[in-house]
Amino acid sequence: MAFPNIPAAVGGLTLRWIDALGGFALFLAAGLGHIFTSPKILGRTLRQLYVIGAQSLFLILLIGVFCGMVLGLQGYYTLVQFGSVGMLGSAISLTLIRELGPVLTAIMLTGRAGSAMAAEIGVMRISDQIDALDVMDINSMAYLVSPRLAASLIAFPLLTAIFDTIGIIGGYLTGVLMLNINEGAYFYRIVHSVTLDDVLGGFIKSVVFALCVASVCCRQGYLAHLRRDSVGPEAVGNATTSAVVVSCVLILVADYVLTSFLL
Amino acid sequence: METDHMTAGADGWDIVFRDLTAGYGNRAVLSGINAALPGGKVTVILGGSGCGKSTLLRHIIGLSRPIAGQILIGGHDFFNLPDKDFRRLRRRMGVLFQDGALLGALTLAQNVALPLTEHLNLPREVVRRAALRVLRMVELEDFADFYPNELSGGMRKRAGLARAIIAEPRILLCDEPTSGLDPITAARMDALLKAMHAFYPAMTVVVVSHDLASLDVIADHVLVLRDGAAVFNGPPDELKASSDPYLREFLRRNPGDAGNLAHTPPDPEVSAALARWLEK
Repeated sequence: MAFPNIPAAVGGLTLRWIDALGGFALFLAAGLGHIFTSPKILGRTLRQLYVIGAQSLFLILLIGVFCGMVLGLQGYYTLVQFGSVGMLGSAISLTLIRELGPVLTAIMLTGRAGSAMAAEIGVMRISDQIDALDVMDINSMAYLVSPRLAASLIAFPLLTAIFDTIGIIGGYLTGVLMLNINEGAYFYRIVHSVTLDDVLGGFIKSVVFALCVASVCCRQGYLAHLRRDSVGPEAVGNATTSAVVVSCVLILVADYVLTSFLL
Repeated sequence: METDHMTAGADGWDIVFRDLTAGYGNRAVLSGINAALPGGKVTVILGGSGCGKSTLLRHIIGLSRPIAGQILIGGHDFFNLPDKDFRRLRRRMGVLFQDGALLGALTLAQNVALPLTEHLNLPREVVRRAALRVLRMVELEDFADFYPNELSGGMRKRAGLARAIIAEPRILLCDEPTSGLDPITAARMDALLKAMHAFYPAMTVVVVSHDLASLDVIADHVLVLRDGAAVFNGPPDELKASSDPYLREFLRRNPGDAGNLAHTPPDPEVSAALARWLEK
């Protein structure tokens, strides 16, 4: 049996990674570039804003309120041991605004809207619809990818803000209404502990996550026909799975990197 | 590049392949193709499955670049044109993809009008009128507000044809327009293509097909491919009179040796297991 050529394998893997990263950067740059140059971007972006933003609103409200309620419960039983239940408002609001709001919103949107982007564009790719656009001299990047990128850049921060707000209300439901913490103390702590930097940090994270999710999901669908592991409908399925997995990993990696810079 | 002088009534554009080697990546599917498809005529590209018909079509419409050789369209070396001229030339092509390739999120009228809505600043009612006109030509006017998934395969193909002609192309390319259709619908599709060509006589029409029935109805010219090579290029009468054994077998739909069916009896163990399962 021949021994595997380890340096060649490592080199090949590295080259493939660099190639993929370069491809991803070019794809993102082209997608962003067409946002500013495509004349009919507004109508398409509004439509995508409805799909990515408005249609995800109920999910974000649901997850946000339960997330806040759980944080309220966990926070209360931890803080009560140190006689600091008055800090519950601070704990919930900072956790949500700095971390959980942007991350959970992005992961929820990846599952709901990102997977749909990958699947829809993937189906268009394997059924010749993207080729048809190119033949009609309609730039498929400008037609399909840029509106989704633009809509994500608007929807992610907005939905994150809604998630944060509803999460704080969820914490209020458990902390104030169920566990009888003083209502004034709850809101006083929020107002005095949350700074503009915290809000700005959450906003920056949500914008970066929007870029990651939209570009990864669109690219997976757009290049579904080039997959080596499968063809046809199976390739669309695998592209969708890859889109969700890669997006979620990227969200968590980017979150760590951004947090280390923002703190 | 002088393309704008090609107005209605002018001569059709020839499509010429010079030593064309084409495929995917470095894998050649077609090699050494030398042929000319006459302008203003209907050319049918025939050949068995996997012989490279669709690959050739993808190269004519510029979706893939040749590995070697040239494709001349209307006298222009298509793949050596500057990007702007390449796109200008491709705008003059209309393509009917195999399943129509209609955008699922748009109605039929919106699909058909797409080239106009994307490139021209015409009032909405003018665009709608233009879409209805071509939908009427393919007998789909009543389905203008339907979505593609509400239509049959034949209707989607006709709608794809309507979209292909709305910008009045100089070259119309059709990928398997009759595949998957019942004989009557397929015959209607052929008749429609013929009528379309009569309406736009300067239009060069290229139809990729393996449907021999289409040959008699629509073809002015035939290119036959076999295993990635052009084995015939000429008028249909010449093809029918050809003494080439492959062409004669192809036209007669003679399958040749059907295999050793008699010498390959079923495995008795499998047959017994199947019999037990079927009796359950």
